[in-house]
Amino acid sequence: MTKIYVIAEARQGQLKKPSLEAVTAALELAQAAGGGEVTALLPGHGLDAAKGELQKSGANNVVALDSDVLANYSGDGYAKALKDHLGDATVVLMPHSAMGRDLMPRLAAMLDSGLVSDATALHFEDGKFGATKPVYAGKAYKKSFSQKSVFCATLRPNNWAPTEGGDASVSDAAPSFGADELRAVVQEVMAAAGGKIPLSEAKVIVSGGRGLQSPEQFHIVEKLADAFGAGVAAVGASRAVVDAGWRPHSEQVGQTGKVVAPVLYIAIGISGAIQHLAGMRTSRFIVAINKDANAPIFKVADFGIVGDAFEVVPALTEAVAANVS
Amino acid sequence: MNIVVCVKRVAASDTVVKVGADGKSLDPAGVEFVLNPYDEFAVEEAIKTRDAAGGGEITAITLGSSDSEKDLRTCLAMGADKAILLDDGGAARDAYSTAVTIAEHVKGLNPDLVFCGKQAIDGDDSQFPARLAALLDMPVLTEVSTLTKDGDQLRAERDIEGAREVVTCKLPAVVSANKGLNEPRYPNLKGIMAAKKKPLAKVSVEAVAPATDTVSLELPPPRPEGRLFESVDDLIAALKNDAKVL
Ligand SMILES: Cc1cc2nc3c(=O)[nH]c(=O)nc-3n(C[C@H](O)[C@H](O)[C@H](O)COP(=O)(O)OP(=O)(O)OC[C@H]3O[C@@H](n4cnc5c(N)ncnc54)[C@H](O)[C@@H]3O)c2cc1C
Ligand SMILES: Nc1ncnc2c1ncn2[C@@H]1O[C@H](COP(=O)(O)O)[C@@H](O)[C@H]1O
Repeated sequence: MTKIYVIAEARQGQLKKPSLEAVTAALELAQAAGGGEVTALLPGHGLDAAKGELQKSGANNVVALDSDVLANYSGDGYAKALKDHLGDATVVLMPHSAMGRDLMPRLAAMLDSGLVSDATALHFEDGKFGATKPVYAGKAYKKSFSQKSVFCATLRPNNWAPTEGGDASVSDAAPSFGADELRAVVQEVMAAAGGKIPLSEAKVIVSGGRGLQSPEQFHIVEKLADAFGAGVAAVGASRAVVDAGWRPHSEQVGQTGKVVAPVLYIAIGISGAIQHLAGMRTSRFIVAINKDANAPIFKVADFGIVGDAFEVVPALTEAVAANVS
Repeated sequence: MNIVVCVKRVAASDTVVKVGADGKSLDPAGVEFVLNPYDEFAVEEAIKTRDAAGGGEITAITLGSSDSEKDLRTCLAMGADKAILLDDGGAARDAYSTAVTIAEHVKGLNPDLVFCGKQAIDGDDSQFPARLAALLDMPVLTEVSTLTKDGDQLRAERDIEGAREVVTCKLPAVVSANKGLNEPRYPNLKGIMAAKKKPLAKVSVEAVAPATDTVSLELPPPRPEGRLFESVDDLIAALKNDAKVL
């Protein structure tokens, strides 16, 4: 029987939403393969709430690897603990998050299997599992199929909807080794200021570029993001303003920054260089505000206003705030 | 310090992608190939680490075709000491076959530290560093933004969703470099001249079979024609009624 495992991600005991999306992807793939069992594996510590959420995610089983050994993330430690539970796996899925990118290639190597990272679709054709993923920064999509007995994929966030319902059987298991066997271990997590939502999870991203002219004037971008309400919008930036030191690199969108696909991406004073487009062109809706009607950003924009950001953005901020409240 | 840095030759970031006649790979006609931008950070960090340790040797290694010699010379010009070109004629590989093939050769070099880029900007896999670490039985620090070394102890900071993590491990280890780790130097004339005399070994290899088989490469569907508005009110209406995001 097809056995699909989802590696669920919890941080400080909190289940990350893309884990639920991965369960949906697993359920769909099991169905495409003519049936199968979906098991969520949850490594970490203090997992009661996360376990409860996964129990109602549509998975058949939930196995919590709850141990103080796994309290702090360790790529090699998590891989070692998880491998013991993957002896009969046909497919292993995980979100394409910072943790997924660190953990899954290691696990795939330990399972002697292929891995498609950042997958946007999963397939079962002619008895083989496969996936489609963006390559060349989203300028093309590659479809490939597994040649091995186990197939792994990390899944792009925001690409599957969480499933609600079900009642999984929940069990606990402990790793078979002690903390002294961990090698790369997280010592500390420094939270970003102000409880801002991360770019990769934001529904709306408001990004600014060199057209904002100075770090002080860039604040109109933050004000527009705030207008969408708490926890909805994140601020992004072009490389030009990151290189100029106006904004931190963690906000850079593009080829050498983050690749994002929010429901709404608003680009303000950004010309739309190919390397910037690489990071945001798969957003559901793109809005461009630029004073140059010939700026390449308008070629990918669904909606645009040709005008001065310092006139358009404050008016837009007011109108958004009025519509949100 | 015995340092290895893994580098890859990739299509430049401004490449206009055209699909080749086989329907599953990039048409290389007119494409400019460069050293993967993240690998520049890896080479720079290798040089800084060697120099801070007061000595050692940096070996730059790549798996590719004979064209990759150019990028290895760039690494040598920046300051690497020697280079190895594993030449498989540029065969079709995946992350699995690349890592297994390179690991065989890196093992023999017995490195204390292996630097990689966080991602090759052609396949966008972000797999090789952690795979290599598993195959070498080493810990890995991925997507590193700051790195400090104290004896055989490494401390890295890396960005995760909405936060920054501090991760530590001991040597030997694999480290993958994110943008911002350092400011990669440009090779100067002296470096370029010196690079010509530095050892560059060419080894012909046959890469192991990939674990995944590519069946197609396709361009994304074009985005629908956009609409320009005169007023903020019209934009708000479109966001409400068409996009339904307000
Ligand atoms: C290897 C490599 C990797 C790269 N990676 C990235 C990346 O990850 N992300 C990225 O963004 N870039 C990246 N770049 C850089 C990219 O090529 C561009 O240089 C950069 O995106 C330009 O940023 P910008 O649009 O803010 O600035 P500009 O190109 O200078 O554009 C500014 C825009 O603001 C408009 N403007 C000016 N004043 C106003 C006003 N008052 N109101 C409204 N509009 C106004 C102008 O018309 C112009 O279109 C990369 C480049 C290379 C070579
Ligand atoms: N063919 C290769 N030869 C040498 N190093 C490579 C090769 N492919 C990938 N790498 C290294 O692995 C990093 C991540 O690549 P990837 O996993 O392909 O995204 C790159 O930045 C390189 O440091």
